[in-house]
Amino acid sequence: MSIEIKNVTYTYMPKTPFERTALKDVDLVIEEGSFTAIAGHTGSGKSTLVQHLNGLLEPTSGQVLVDGVDLNGKGSKSEKLAARDARRKVGMVFQYAEHQLFEETIFADIAFAPRNLGLGEEDVEARVKEAMSLVGLGYEEFKDKSPFQLSGGQMRRVAIAGILAMQPKYLVLDEPTAGLDAAGKNKLIQEILQLHEKKHITMIFVSHNMDDIACLADKVLFMNQGRVLLYDTPARAFQAKDTLQEAGLCPPQIMSFLEDLRDAGIPVDTNALTVEEGIANIMKAVKGKNG
Amino acid sequence: MLSDITIGQYFPGGSLLHRMDPRVKIVLLFFFLIGIFFFDTVGAYIVFSLLTGGLFYFSGIPMRMMTKSLRPLLWIILFTFAIHLFSTPGEDIARIWMFHVTWEGLGKGIFISLRLVLLILLSSLLTFTTSPLKLTDALERLLSPLKRVGVPAHELAMMMTIALRFIPTLIEETDKIMKAQQSRGSDFTTGNLMQRAKQIVPVLVPLFISAFRRADELAMAMEARCYHGGEGRTQMKVLRVSSIDYVACGASVLLCGMLALLKWNNL
Ligand SMILES: Nc1ncnc2c1ncn2[C@@H]1O[C@H](COP(=O)(O)OP(=O)(O)OP(=O)(O)O)[C@@H](O)[C@H]1O
Ligand SMILES: [Mg+2]
Repeated sequence: MSIEIKNVTYTYMPKTPFERTALKDVDLVIEEGSFTAIAGHTGSGKSTLVQHLNGLLEPTSGQVLVDGVDLNGKGSKSEKLAARDARRKVGMVFQYAEHQLFEETIFADIAFAPRNLGLGEEDVEARVKEAMSLVGLGYEEFKDKSPFQLSGGQMRRVAIAGILAMQPKYLVLDEPTAGLDAAGKNKLIQEILQLHEKKHITMIFVSHNMDDIACLADKVLFMNQGRVLLYDTPARAFQAKDTLQEAGLCPPQIMSFLEDLRDAGIPVDTNALTVEEGIANIMKAVKGKNG
Repeated sequence: MLSDITIGQYFPGGSLLHRMDPRVKIVLLFFFLIGIFFFDTVGAYIVFSLLTGGLFYFSGIPMRMMTKSLRPLLWIILFTFAIHLFSTPGEDIARIWMFHVTWEGLGKGIFISLRLVLLILLSSLLTFTTSPLKLTDALERLLSPLKRVGVPAHELAMMMTIALRFIPTLIEETDKIMKAQQSRGSDFTTGNLMQRAKQIVPVLVPLFISAFRRADELAMAMEARCYHGGEGRTQMKVLRVSSIDYVACGASVLLCGMLALLKWNNL
């Protein structure tokens, strides 16, 4: 089971002077259970790509299959229904997701998606409760509050809960931490990791922060000018210095730091994705020198 | 999707018409529109048609834009044509039930339709070749003598500028919110009228909130840059009447003289 993106090309506003091809021949498979990070320069087509994953954009040419079902199946009625169900397997959290809130209470806003799915009130309540606990919002404390009284970080949590209430199998997060303060950001990252580990939701995570990507992801996708530049494990991806540079990206800070150490003459292994690994490498190097 | 809509009719370019001072363009357009009513002879209309066609050609506007600007008013033009065709007394061409189609009617119908077409095309030529910003700027300048009698010319122009500036932003915003709600299971394409009307609420509420937030931020940013209305305000791009404009004015006066001669000779 997986999301297959087959030779997808996408053109914005075709046949006008403003025509712009944002994706060119993108071909890849996102495995179920993986944590895929997508990185790339501003305008490289990340948001365009992820909007194909739940059928918001229809490829100009090519196909997107979720668990083997074409998201834009147009043939028979059963094909259309299957396509709709497949789209609903993929939850989509937009950049600045809090801008989508509209209900009077937090409960009603999170309940919007499950109600659209046609669930009964009891199921809806159960789902809202679960979604709120997943993003760390107390049910009794928050359910009757207006979403517009909350802080930015809390509003974003409500918005994410609104998607989680659909119980998606795949979750797309487009720069979920943009505009949050450091503490709120770390907390949100932890919660995303929890969702992946405990609820086994397949994550597709768009981010500009290489440190986050190095810690979280088990697959990295670098985009450049609408094309896939590289799709590999973080350890190997961050080794490809030239490719990184071509995409206008920097390696994680810890890697740059270790490289600086090595260039200063300390024989340290520069392969580290997290700060912990980096510290371990440094300790090893220091011990090797002393002993 | 929504982003396919292009607002404003401005066609960027570098033709003489594009480079003319927008104030002069507005004033000349005004005189031409009056001229079309005043010089109502066959000869004058041939001159006006050639003039309009020529201006379109030299401004580099694609010809299909001509038909596009006429399309919204096509029915009015046809209706006017039909009324004149059937209601002018004179020599019969044909009879349809109780209506008489006359030669005089045909001529008058063509004449009046041509007048409408010319009015529309000349006006759209202004919006095709002048960016909305220049247009509002020119309007402000032309209205500024009225400031003395209390017309808030600067404020009106500023409001127009801001509105024009934010139309694409709001369209983009609507697109984004619709996509976000679609991701939560909203369906904008099926259902009866009631159901669809209900689906609009989740789009309109965030849209209004964001519009107010933007208005607030913009007001704050303007204030922070010491905006205090039009009093003593200078401009980065000052409108200047250049030699092109003098030539255009001169040519228009000549044309007027010629048309007056034609009218005098009843051509
Ligand atoms: N609605 C749209 N209409 C027209 N062009 C668009 C639209 N959205 C994006 N584009 C264009 O498509 C290209 C890819 O945009 P996209 O939003 O996918 O980039 P991105 O990688 O998500 O960038 P960012 O990091 O800034 O979010 C850009 O060049 C952009 O100008
Ligand atoms: Mg983006």
